Amino acid sequence: MSYLKPGLPAPVAENDGLDAPYWEGTRRGELMVQRCKSCGTWQWGPEWICHKCLSFDIGWVQVEGRGKIYSWERPWHPVHPALKDQGPYIVVLVELPHAGNIRMLGNLLGDPKQQVRIGAEVEAVFEPHDDAKPPFTLVQWKYR
Amino acid sequence: MTDRTLRGRVAIVGIGETAYYKHGKSPDPEFVLALKAILAAAKDAGIDPRRIDGFASYSNDRNDPSRLAAALGLPELRFSNMQWGGGGGGGAGAVANAAAAVAGGLADCVVVFRSLAQGQFQRFGAAPPGGVATGEAALNAPYGVMSPAQRYAMRAMRFLHENKIGDGAQRAIALASYAHAQKNPRAVMNGKPLTAEAYDASRWIVEPWRLFDCCMENDGAAALIIVPAEQAKDFAKKPAYLLGAALGSEYRNGARGHNAPLYATSSFTTVAPHLYAMAGVKPKDVDVLQSYENFTGGVLMSLVEHGFFKAEEANDFLVPDNLMAPGGKLPLNTSGGNLAECYMHGLELQVEAVRQLRGESTAQVKDPHVSMVIAGPMVTPVSSMILGSVETL
Ligand SMILES: [Zn+2]
Repeated sequence: MSYLKPGLPAPVAENDGLDAPYWEGTRRGELMVQRCKSCGTWQWGPEWICHKCLSFDIGWVQVEGRGKIYSWERPWHPVHPALKDQGPYIVVLVELPHAGNIRMLGNLLGDPKQQVRIGAEVEAVFEPHDDAKPPFTLVQWKYR
Repeated sequence: MTDRTLRGRVAIVGIGETAYYKHGKSPDPEFVLALKAILAAAKDAGIDPRRIDGFASYSNDRNDPSRLAAALGLPELRFSNMQWGGGGGGGAGAVANAAAAVAGGLADCVVVFRSLAQGQFQRFGAAPPGGVATGEAALNAPYGVMSPAQRYAMRAMRFLHENKIGDGAQRAIALASYAHAQKNPRAVMNGKPLTAEAYDASRWIVEPWRLFDCCMENDGAAALIIVPAEQAKDFAKKPAYLLGAALGSEYRNGARGHNAPLYATSSFTTVAPHLYAMAGVKPKDVDVLQSYENFTGGVLMSLVEHGFFKAEEANDFLVPDNLMAPGGKLPLNTSGGNLAECYMHGLELQVEAVRQLRGESTAQVKDPHVSMVIAGPMVTPVSSMILGSVETL
């Protein structure tokens, strides 16, 4: 059971492989992000070079799926045919203080009309879409 | 070494527009709209269109300068330029690029234009069809973040939260555009006034934005003609001199997945100081302002970042009276702008800024000398520009 109705575009790794470790990680239930092997800087979204020390030796590490709501929105107007009968839904931008305050986006699980509190603690929930072509797993968020 | 500036080096001497239509309603193909706007601008300037020797546009305009030059029978093409990235944020950047070409001697008569027929092509506010998403889209689309409104609402939401800004601030911006459109017979929303009650009752598109916080989508075209300042007096209409322009965005604004360090901005925090430094004016000198409304929250942040008031003053400053021509403290979007005149991807704002300096606006400010345009906010790169009368040189 997915938060949003099926039929939205399926995420696939870029053809240069940049973000493949992230999408492969979600399939295993692991949240993988970039951390520079040279200087330790956290980096998200993925890029080929460390924005701090300009090292190309940028690694991937698993981080704990928890954070704080940094911002949010509630779309009501459907812009994709798959969401025609969806009704409102919540998107949150979550800051990960234990990973250099990088931010990740997802849906806030639960009542789509619930109040959203900026600063509230949330944890990651892996949402597999095994029947999608190709299969993928999304990282969603719920209040802790 | 000469002073590296565009201040006073070029002028806008011609403005042209097609009729403005609801999206999909243009009787003309997009290329014809572009031609008609360019010819209208040449006529307004009082010149033979074959004097044009360059083109500048933005947001990947589909109407290629070489085709335009061939279609118009131009003796030669000397400048062909596209502002790279940022969509509607490039409107003032295209003017800046054209101005730099003219000031630098690359060309003598450059047209800045934008043409849109969203019936002929994909609408901005609709999700593109297709089964997969990669890169930045992969981090957004599967969560239902696809349209520009959905892409940028969280920037504004964070700003509203950090600065405790109430509903009235965004509403005032919408009401000002609609009120000005009622005086403008060209405006698509002319004859359709908006009340505060109707705004409050309108449906959510994406919180924190209601229907009337969001721009229209339209068909049409607009064009400006830019020439060297020393020739500006030879044209039919009063010239609008470029005092300054700036484009770009702050540190890592384009970091993927909503990871811009200064997330709650309209992207102008570094651009606006460059603009004022070049123009040699201060916010209090600005007589009239056109500020691109993709969404009202973007205008709100643009005004703060351009120094018209502090974020904590937004609730007090952003009331309709302050934004109305001719008497308001900061007359804003005096043609009706993207919300209520036409979404000509913001270039209608540049046209209106020129009109104000000429004294030709339908919501004319009294004797303005400094007329400013802020292009599309929250994207990257963004851009803004300041025009002045001959007295400001
Ligand atoms: Zn590094």
